[in-house]
Amino acid sequence: MKTLGSIGAAGVVGGSSFLSSCSKVQTTSGDKIRLLTSSGELVEVDKEQLKPADMPSLTENQKRGRKGLPGRSWVMVIDLSKCRNARECMKGCQNHHQLRPEQHHINVLQMQDAEHTAPYYMPKPCQHCDNPPCTKVCPVNATFKREDGIVLIDNERCIGCRFCIAACPYSARVFNWFEPRDAEKYEGVTYNIEANVPQKKGTISKCLFSADRLRDGKLPTCVSSCPNGVYWFGDRNENAVTNGTTKETTSFSKLIKENAAYTLMEELGTKPRVYYLPPKDRAFPFQGEIEDHHS
Amino acid sequence: MEKSKSPEESRKLLDKITFDLTRSIVKRDELTNFWYFFLIMFAAVGLWGWFIQIRDGLGVTGMRDYVSWGMYIANFVFFVAVSLIGFLLSSALHLLKINWAKPISRVAEQVAIAAVALAGIIIVMDMGRPDRLLNVFIHGRFASPILWDVTVVTTYLTISILLFYIPLIPDLALLRDKGTDDIPKWKMKVYTLLALGWKGSAEQYKLVYHAMRILMLLILPVGLSIHTVTSWLFAATLRSGWDTTILGPYFVAGAFVAGAAAVVIVMYAYRQRYNLKDYFEDLHFDYMGKLLVFVCLVYLYFNINEFLVPAYKMKTAEGIHLRNLFTGNFSVMFWLAQTFGLILPILLMLCKYFRKPLPLTIISVFVLIASWVKRYIIVIPTLEHPFLPVQNVPDHFKHYSPTSIEVMITLFSFMAALLIITVLAKMFPVITIWEYAEDKGIEKEIISEPKN
Repeated sequence: MKTLGSIGAAGVVGGSSFLSSCSKVQTTSGDKIRLLTSSGELVEVDKEQLKPADMPSLTENQKRGRKGLPGRSWVMVIDLSKCRNARECMKGCQNHHQLRPEQHHINVLQMQDAEHTAPYYMPKPCQHCDNPPCTKVCPVNATFKREDGIVLIDNERCIGCRFCIAACPYSARVFNWFEPRDAEKYEGVTYNIEANVPQKKGTISKCLFSADRLRDGKLPTCVSSCPNGVYWFGDRNENAVTNGTTKETTSFSKLIKENAAYTLMEELGTKPRVYYLPPKDRAFPFQGEIEDHHS
Repeated sequence: MEKSKSPEESRKLLDKITFDLTRSIVKRDELTNFWYFFLIMFAAVGLWGWFIQIRDGLGVTGMRDYVSWGMYIANFVFFVAVSLIGFLLSSALHLLKINWAKPISRVAEQVAIAAVALAGIIIVMDMGRPDRLLNVFIHGRFASPILWDVTVVTTYLTISILLFYIPLIPDLALLRDKGTDDIPKWKMKVYTLLALGWKGSAEQYKLVYHAMRILMLLILPVGLSIHTVTSWLFAATLRSGWDTTILGPYFVAGAFVAGAAAVVIVMYAYRQRYNLKDYFEDLHFDYMGKLLVFVCLVYLYFNINEFLVPAYKMKTAEGIHLRNLFTGNFSVMFWLAQTFGLILPILLMLCKYFRKPLPLTIISVFVLIASWVKRYIIVIPTLEHPFLPVQNVPDHFKHYSPTSIEVMITLFSFMAALLIITVLAKMFPVITIWEYAEDKGIEKEIISEPKN
């Protein structure tokens, strides 16, 4: 319960600081100006209230992006018994990270482990390994492991050698083979390393656990977008994970213990931070087709 | 070494040797012009392809997120492999005092320089952001095998150029002093400049021998590293097909096969074109044939280990990879490469007849092509079969086939390599004159005496 409290408190603090910043405004000039918010709403604001947005400079952004959130240790738990292949996670992710339709930071795969075993859907984000094969091989330190466990990319530094793609056993990485989606729209926008946007031609991209949203105290996009309660996300140091659909918070260790969680291809020694709960007692029947992907 | 001759005989012989070995420098006919035109035209087409690739992105190639290394990387490995012959012929055999290889060592160095220089260029052409090449030096992380590769490739290129240049200095001086009027004036100027005021004193020769010996020793570990490290680009990953411990020696053995075949082809071209039958003798081809059989056998041994051992066990992912090579999509390439690049050449070259110049050259052409194909099926099949299924992507993500841009850029690399070899052959004697003359019993004093 203690952990529940601290997460709740963080939420309240976040909310109240937002409110207080609004109520601070006292002077009004009467001149109104129309603005489009980031969520697409048209609003009217008094001119006096306008001040430059608090955007860190590129180098500042890269610096804090490399360091990560102090004291945190992010983990994700994916409940395979709940996934019905709704693909809302994939959609949300592609919008957030400005990806082309064929680029996936998270990909819902149709799996069948052996010939006669039950097929199931498996959402597959980057595993944010604690022994990441990808960061090891990067010649320029463009992909790196942060303090809080997230494996990030700096696409201002990436040289596009694609060694990390070859090194990743989870096929988690994508490359910008052409100009990225909506390249013209985002031209001149300052690069945000924690969302890896705008994407850049000739560089790598991959799942970042929505590090920009984590900094704002929000859950990753895929976790929040899921309608079926598949994802749990949280901090291993706090031993708490929150479900993106039900917003229920529970003990991380208890969740993985009671449900016999496993990590993907643990025999490779990559030590993933993404845990899977086995597809037992399925909430939805499997309706996909298993394609023979190996020939 | 033959016993010394009288000064008169020596001078006459030296004049003949110099005349024969400068034929490549003097000769300029329609064929030369056509050859240059051919090479430069195709190289230019390739550069145009690279321009399009930089403009539109690496998406103009057949590579996608799963098969993210394609023909460029296969070609890179091929060129690194070919370059290794410099290490074997002009250093290892030299140090072992195996004399027959001496006249071939400059050919081997030409091939090595051209191949390793192009390997460096190809890798830049494969980059998504070649404009950020300097990041490798600014932000270089020494834990990445790419950094090791950059280090050894540049070191190997430097040592190979020095190993080409230093034994060349006495030759340059000889041409400066004794060169005929047929040699274009600008070339003579280059010789004078590059000869660095060589006088031919005993002390100077001592320095040359000393430098050559140091370079030959230095190139041994560097040469071995260059291809071992290149194999580690693959072996350092977890992918089935690459994740094996013998990849280093397997690559090195394969490199000797490719390089020896390339040297035989170049040797034959010089022998025919510049009328050098008395220099690249049947005996040299016979020995090169024997050398090729030997390295092929070593490579065959590694192939058996590389394929038979995992095929015995057929672990899930390895099994998929091996089935794909033995009976699947890549089986035609796999069996053609093994048969025409390894097994048949070994059987044929065991007979004396097939070690004669022409048959050996034809065999070498097959071996060289098979070596290229072999690199292709080392790189691509592994990437087509990752551990997790390839889903929710367009069909062309699932199977790789190179595009015309990739073919153009690959052609560029071949043309540029041939151009480097041609320019070196047209600029400098293809055999070290002073070393050759000395072996024929001509005294050093006669070699360095000025023209009378």
